[in-house]
Amino acid sequence: MKYIDEYRNPDLVRSLSAEIERKLTRPVRIMEVCGTHTMAIFRHGLRRILPDKLQLVSGPGCPVCVTPPGLIDAFCRVAGCKDVIITTFGDMIRVPGSSGSLADTRAAGADIRIVYSPADAIEIARDNPAKLVVFIAIGFETTIPLIAASILQAYREDIKNFCIFPANKIMPPALETLMQDTRLTIDGLLCPGHVSIITGSDAFSFLSEDYGLCCAVAGFEPADILLAILALLEQINEGSPRVDNCYARAVTSSGNIKARELIEEVFIPVDSRWRGLGTIAGSGLVPKQRYADFDVTRRLGIEVPELDEPPGCLCGEILKGRKMPNECPLFGKICTPSAPIGPCMVSNEGTCAAWYRFGMESI
Amino acid sequence: MQDKTQKQITLDHGSGGSASSELIESLFLEYLTDPALHRMEDAAVLNIQGKKLAFSTDSFVVDPIFFPGGSIGELAINGTINDLAMQGARPAALSLGLIIEEGFGLDDLERIIRDIADTCRKAEVPVVTGDTKVVPRGKADRIFINTSGIGIIDEAADISSSRIREGDAVLLSGTVADHGITILTSREGLEFQGELQSDTCALHKMVQSILGKLIQSSSVHALHALRDPTRGGLATTLSELARSSGTCMEIFEAEIPIAAPVRAACELMGLDPLYIANEGKFIAIAEEQHAESIIEVMRSFPEGHNCSIIGKVTSNYPGKVVVHTSSGGSRFAEPLTGEPLPRIC
Ligand code: SF4
Repeated sequence: MKYIDEYRNPDLVRSLSAEIERKLTRPVRIMEVCGTHTMAIFRHGLRRILPDKLQLVSGPGCPVCVTPPGLIDAFCRVAGCKDVIITTFGDMIRVPGSSGSLADTRAAGADIRIVYSPADAIEIARDNPAKLVVFIAIGFETTIPLIAASILQAYREDIKNFCIFPANKIMPPALETLMQDTRLTIDGLLCPGHVSIITGSDAFSFLSEDYGLCCAVAGFEPADILLAILALLEQINEGSPRVDNCYARAVTSSGNIKARELIEEVFIPVDSRWRGLGTIAGSGLVPKQRYADFDVTRRLGIEVPELDEPPGCLCGEILKGRKMPNECPLFGKICTPSAPIGPCMVSNEGTCAAWYRFGMESI
Repeated sequence: MQDKTQKQITLDHGSGGSASSELIESLFLEYLTDPALHRMEDAAVLNIQGKKLAFSTDSFVVDPIFFPGGSIGELAINGTINDLAMQGARPAALSLGLIIEEGFGLDDLERIIRDIADTCRKAEVPVVTGDTKVVPRGKADRIFINTSGIGIIDEAADISSSRIREGDAVLLSGTVADHGITILTSREGLEFQGELQSDTCALHKMVQSILGKLIQSSSVHALHALRDPTRGGLATTLSELARSSGTCMEIFEAEIPIAAPVRAACELMGLDPLYIANEGKFIAIAEEQHAESIIEVMRSFPEGHNCSIIGKVTSNYPGKVVVHTSSGGSRFAEPLTGEPLPRIC
């Protein structure tokens, strides 16, 4: 488009990719664990610029994709309750559970509204005092502080008809589980830029210290991503894993302490099930006892069933970076964005959706 | 589960993306078989007693009904005029159908009708027939508008996506994504509204000038196709053109004009401006040696000021759109599926 951005400058991008080519002495696999990175890599066509020996794989970075099918069934069950308004981020609405998606539940008459922030859900609660307004709380460290703030607001202002369906997840325990998975062979990790703004780059040190994984925090412009890849290659070549912060204009080593205090004030960690990764200790969050009324599962006594993923869908393997979308027999044939089988085909940030949207074969 | 999803209409079916086209192909075209409909252009082209006429209809359900840069009334008039213009037609007359929810404010209705009158006057196309229905409260969302229009196509013009050829230039009449981003941000009450404005406007005068100039230089055949990238945005529209003509559309991101605040809003919400709706822009596909002279005409109109040659038609990947990105990469752009939504992480 008609602008030249520092971080999109084609000359800079070209010289960085030439540098990457020089530093690349053997095949290298790098994982990104942030949906926005997945999208940026596709949107800017970076695979085309990078050498073939450098393989980019996506990890569990899309909050919609890691939400297991049992939870989606539970969302739909709450949506079907009398006098309930469900509020949710848009992507969630089309992910199928074992018997349909929230979109199907809406088409069948449930009141389900797309919002862009939990604050919108509070507004809806104020406007509809006779209804229980439930916000589907998905997302990682980036969205959790907002959700914590909305619960505190509802608590302070005594808004009794607002609550959340707690389904948030935190990233570090999932990365640890991935690292313990011996079948996963990655040489480096692009740490998620937005999550790091909250957690700080230090939150990833255990990966390099305990697991010998090379890490670099990356921003979202082409040059940001290439600079981080370059930092990873240097670490790999030197054999000295560490966490390089290549997104220093937004990320500090200690992160946003205020935001983390907000999270700690409202939530306690619990075990949580991830699609593809199974149950991970301490990777989920529920409101503390003091805020139990804002948890719809406790308020209405909702059980979350443990369900298997849809037959044939390889989302779990894709979220672990073990398979690519075109290795899924359903990809593009039975599973498409308009008739998705797994969440990776629904979410804007899902790997399968990105492969589908930006071309099944790389140019 | 799949059956269940297929038995009901979901919002995706109206998004203008691939779910909409599936619905059209598997249901409407199954039962409604007239060849003029099956050509699936923005307006049907009819031969009535030796006259070539364009005929089109469109419904408007936008929320909010008033937004920076326009209103549902303006959209309803401009939208149908543009559908006719994209066949090269000179719009002659419009119909106006209103479905109003009980309780709708009379002053809001007056404001809409005033907008309609102003828009018609500016476009020099009259509303000549109309209809009003009122439904009980809750059975419609305030007001829905349908307009239809007829237009006369010049003998010499021959505009159809089937005429797109390898080597053609792809022209765009101005900036992308203004309308969709304005609606989205005013609907959600997001901050940066101030600088954002819908681009809604009637395009027939610009199209008529282009045709006039080409006819004068006996090169009207050089203009192959016109299309306004409304729902689904530039990428989806180009993708439809690529598919229906069996060619490959290669576009250069660096040449696609976008207003700075629109771009900022897209970045913030994680939206791709190539998939966001426009209401006052068109794509022209024409023989390359005539591209500059078409650009000159576009540029002489205020609403065509930012026009640009954004790419070319090739045979590299038939049916596909290739985007050469500003940073030197490239990628395909598949048509929109579902509503584009802000990122959540
Ligand atoms: S293509 Fe569909 S079914 Fe296959 S892994 Fe992706 S989302 Fe699952």
